[in-house]
Amino acid sequence: MSSPAVGDHGDSTHRSAESGSVGVTVNGQRREVPAGGSAHDLVVALGLVGRPLAVEVNGRVVPRARLADCMLEAESVIEIVTLVGGG
Amino acid sequence: MADAFSGIVSPAAMPMTPDQAIADRPLQVAGITLSSRLVVGTGKYATMAGMVRCLEASGTDCVTVAVRRERLVTAAGEKILDFLDPARFTLLPNTAGCFNADDAVRVARLGRELLRDLGNPGSEWVKLEVLGDPRTLLPDPVGTLEATARLVEDGFAVLVYTSDDPVVARRLKAAGAASVMPAGSPIGSGQGILNPNNLRICLEELKGNDPDYPVIVDAGVGTASDVAAAMELGVDGVLLNTAIARAAEPERMAHAMRAACFAGRQAYLAGRIPRRLYATASSPEEGVIGRVPRSSGGNPASSPEEGVIGRVPRGSAPLPGQAGE
Repeated sequence: MSSPAVGDHGDSTHRSAESGSVGVTVNGQRREVPAGGSAHDLVVALGLVGRPLAVEVNGRVVPRARLADCMLEAESVIEIVTLVGGG
Repeated sequence: MADAFSGIVSPAAMPMTPDQAIADRPLQVAGITLSSRLVVGTGKYATMAGMVRCLEASGTDCVTVAVRRERLVTAAGEKILDFLDPARFTLLPNTAGCFNADDAVRVARLGRELLRDLGNPGSEWVKLEVLGDPRTLLPDPVGTLEATARLVEDGFAVLVYTSDDPVVARRLKAAGAASVMPAGSPIGSGQGILNPNNLRICLEELKGNDPDYPVIVDAGVGTASDVAAAMELGVDGVLLNTAIARAAEPERMAHAMRAACFAGRQAYLAGRIPRRLYATASSPEEGVIGRVPRSSGGNPASSPEEGVIGRVPRGSAPLPGQAGE
C-alpha cells in the first residue's frame, strides 16, 4: 500500500496492535484505519484522489462534498466504486 | 443534438443524403432527446481508443457504463471517463450483475453519485437490471418490478431491462419506468429477436394509448439484420454491446448497426406491404408479345371477363412466357 496508515493484511488475526486504529471492510477486504479518520482520509490513503469515485458507507451513499465529514467507525463497511465499460 | 421539435433527423441518425422523405422525430426518453436510436454499451472492447471509434461509427449519443469496485491495489488503470465526453454522450449507468432489488438500488445510487456534477444529462438515469439466473442472465421479474418502484420513488428515470413478457412490461410501465426495454434474446447471446410476436404485443401494451412511450430492445442482437428487424416492429431504439465489441471488425460492425437502425426505422415508418401466399407481377401483364390481346376492340370490357361459356378458364393452362417479376 502507498500509505502505512492503511493496512492490507486481509486477516483480522494480524490486525495492527497499534492503539487508535479500527478495523473496517473496504470493497470486501479487511483494513485498519486510524480511529477518528474520515471517508475522505481513506480515499487519500488509498491513493484514489482525483479518480471518479462514489463512496458508500454502511449501505448509504456519501456525497462527495461530505466525505470529509463522514467519520469511519469500527466495523464500517465501505464500498468505493468507479465507472467501467459495461453494456 | 437535434431540437426536440424540429422534425428533422440529425446527421447521426442519417447515413444518407438529407431528404424530407426520411425526416423523423428524434427519440425522447425521460425528457432527453437522443439523436440516434442506438444505445451502445462500452464493455468488452479490446482498447478504450477502439471503443471510442466504434461509438463514433455507430452514431450513438447514449452509452451504457457499469459501476464496479475501484481496484485498491492498482488504481492507476485507464479511466473510462477520460475517453467518454459527458457533454457528447449521455451516460447511462447500469446495475448489471445485481441479483436482487437491494443491490440494484444501491448500485443505481452509486452510479448517480458518480455522475453528479459532470454536467451529464443522464445523471438521474439508470439502466436497471435485476438478474434472476447467472447462466441465462434472464431478468428476475419480481425483483425488477420492486427495484423499479423504489428507484422511481427516489427520483430516477428508470430504463428497465426485462424479458419480452407483455404482462411484466405493462406492470413495469405502471410502476413508472421511463422506458421498458424487453430483451430480444439472452444478453450477449447473439440470437437476435427470438419472439417478434411477443415484442409486437409488448408494443401494443405499452404504446397503444401512449404512442410516444419509448420501448427499446435491449440485448440479444447478433448482427445488423437483428437491429433492422427490431426497428421494423416499431420499437423506438435498440441497445447493444457485444455484437459490436466482439465482431471480427468492430468498427465496421458499428457502422453496419447504424445503417441497419436507420433502415429498420425508415421501413417501419414507410409501412411494409402485407405478406401474400401467391406472387403479384410487378411488370405489366398486358402487352406481352406473342399473346392474344385480352380485348381486341380497344375498349375495356365492361362485362366480366371470367365465366364466358366456351372459353378455357384462365389458370387451367398457363400461357407460354407468363411474366414474372
